Amino acid sequence: MNKNNIKSSSSVSLDNVSITYGNSVAVKNVFCEIEKNQVTSFIGPSGCGKSTVIRAINRMNDLIEGCKLSGSVIFEGIDIYAEDIDPVEVRRRIGMVFQQPNPFPKSIYENIAFGARVNGYKGNMDQLVEESLTKAAVWDECKDKLNESGYSLSGGQQQRLCIARTIAIEPDVILMDEPCSALDPLSTLKIEETIHELKKNFTIIIVTHNMQQANRVSDYTAFFNTEKKDKSQGGKIGFLVEFNKTKNIFNSPKQKSTQDYISGKFG
Amino acid sequence: MNYPSKKSLTYNPSLIRNIWNKALTIISALFAIISVLPLILVISYVLIKGGSYINIDTLILEPEPPGDDLLSAGGIGPAITGTFIMSIIASFISIPVGVGGGIYLAEYSKSGKFAKFIRFGSNVLAGVPSIIAGVFIYAIIVSTKILFGSMFSGIAGGISLSILMLPTIIKTTDEALKLVSNDMRRAAFGVGASKFTMITNITLPAAFTSISTGILLALARAAGETAPLIFTALFSRYYITSFDDLFYEMGSLSVLIYNFALEPYEAQNQLAWAASFILVIVLLGLNILSRWIGTLGAFSKNKV
Repeated sequence: MNKNNIKSSSSVSLDNVSITYGNSVAVKNVFCEIEKNQVTSFIGPSGCGKSTVIRAINRMNDLIEGCKLSGSVIFEGIDIYAEDIDPVEVRRRIGMVFQQPNPFPKSIYENIAFGARVNGYKGNMDQLVEESLTKAAVWDECKDKLNESGYSLSGGQQQRLCIARTIAIEPDVILMDEPCSALDPLSTLKIEETIHELKKNFTIIIVTHNMQQANRVSDYTAFFNTEKKDKSQGGKIGFLVEFNKTKNIFNSPKQKSTQDYISGKFG
Repeated sequence: MNYPSKKSLTYNPSLIRNIWNKALTIISALFAIISVLPLILVISYVLIKGGSYINIDTLILEPEPPGDDLLSAGGIGPAITGTFIMSIIASFISIPVGVGGGIYLAEYSKSGKFAKFIRFGSNVLAGVPSIIAGVFIYAIIVSTKILFGSMFSGIAGGISLSILMLPTIIKTTDEALKLVSNDMRRAAFGVGASKFTMITNITLPAAFTSISTGILLALARAAGETAPLIFTALFSRYYITSFDDLFYEMGSLSVLIYNFALEPYEAQNQLAWAASFILVIVLLGLNILSRWIGTLGAFSKNKV
C-alpha cells in the first residue's frame, strides 16, 4: 500500500495510522482508501485491531483513556485529528452502529428522534421516524408500538433500530462494528439486506468476523493480521495485510496469509 | 487406598457435619430475628403509645408553655411545619451540589487524584457525627450572625441538615451513574450527542430512580436529626407567619421530642410521644417511598 493510489472518489482515507493504548501498540502503519457509496469490510483474526481502526474513524477512541493515534485520518479532505476539530461534529457526519444492540432506554420513537433532535433536525419528526425505520427494514415490526421501550424488540430488531437511529441523522459514513455478532442467522440476513439498500446513500464500513458475510455484503475488503511483538514484551501488533476489491481478495489474494485466512487455515 | 470405603448415599442425620449444619442454621436464624427485634419493638411501642395522643388539635395547635395549670398543652403543629421547611431548605442546597458532584465524579473525572480525594472526603463526611455538623454551622453562621444579623434560625438549621445529606447524595449519584452501561454513552456519542446532552438526556434519566432513592434516604436521615438543630435552629413554639421568620428560631419534631420528653409535666410528655409518632410515620413513609421508586423505571435495561 502506498500513497499514490489516492483517488478523488474516496470518502475516508487512513494515512499511516498507528494506534497505541498506553504503552502498547495496537495497530501500526495502516494506509487505506475507503470509497464513497461502497461497502468496505474489515476482516481478520481477533486482536488484529480492526475494531480499533474503525473506532478511530469517528474518534470513538477518544473515550478510551490512554488511547493515542499517530498518522492522519482524512475525511473529505480534512484531517479529523487536527487540533481545531470538534469530535462531536465528526460523529454527526460519521455515524456508528455497535456490536451489541444498544438502544437508548427510551421509546422506539424517541430512539430515532433523540439523535435527530441533538443534530438540530427541523423537519417533520413523524415522517423521519417512519422513513428511517423503513430504510432499516424494521418499520413493519414496530409501527404499532412506537411508544414502547426500545428493549421490547428482539435482538435483531433492536440492532435494526440502532441502524435506523444512525440513518436518521443522515451521516455521510456509517461505521458498523460487528453489527451481526450478537444476532441469529435470520436477523443477520435482514441486516445484510439493509446494508445493500443503504449503500445507495451512504458509505459503509463494516467490521466482521464472518468471511462469508464480508464476501456477501462488501465491495472492498481489508484484511488485517497480527504479528508478535519483540520477545521482551509479548502481546501482538495488528497491521493491514491487504486491501482490495472483495472479489480479488477472495479469488486471487496477493499475500499468502490472506489466502490462508480466507481458506480457513487460521483465525 | 487413602479414602475410607464408599458409604451409603442416604442422608444420615447423626453425622457430625449434619448436626453442625443444623445447629448453625438455627443459631444464625435466631440472630437474624434478634437483629430486627429492636426495630419492631421501637416502632410498635412508639406507634401504640404515640398514636393514642394523636388528634386534630395536637396536629395543628401551637404548644403552650410548660406548666400543670393549663387545660390543654396545645399541639405540635409548628414543629411539623418546621421539620418540613428545614428539610426543604436542606434539599435545595444538597441536591444540586450532591448530584452535580456525583455527575463530576462519574462522568468527568478521569479517576485522577482529585476524584479520589473527593470520594474519600465524602466518605469521611458521611462518618462525621451529626453534632459536629451542628457545632460547625453554629461556629460559622450562628455565632457570627452572618445571615443578616440573625443568630439561631431555620435557615441555619437547614444548612446543617444539608451537610448531613450531601455525602449520601454524592455517593448514590456517583454509583448510579457508574452502573449505567457504557454502551449507552457510546450510543449517544455515536449519534453525535455532546457530553452535556449525553448526560442530561441519557445517563441521568437512566440513573434517575437510583438517585431519587438516595435523595429520599438522605432526607429521611436528615429529617430525624436532633443534635445539629439544637445548635442551629434551636426551638420555637410559634408558627412561622412570614418569610422573615425563616431568620428566627424554628421548632422541629426532633427538638420538640428532646425538650418535651424531659419536662416533668405529663401533658408535654404526651406531645413528645405524639411528635415521635409523626416522625416515625414520616421516616417510614420516606423509606417505603424510596423502595417504591426503586422498583419503577419502565424503560430500564433490566426490566422490559
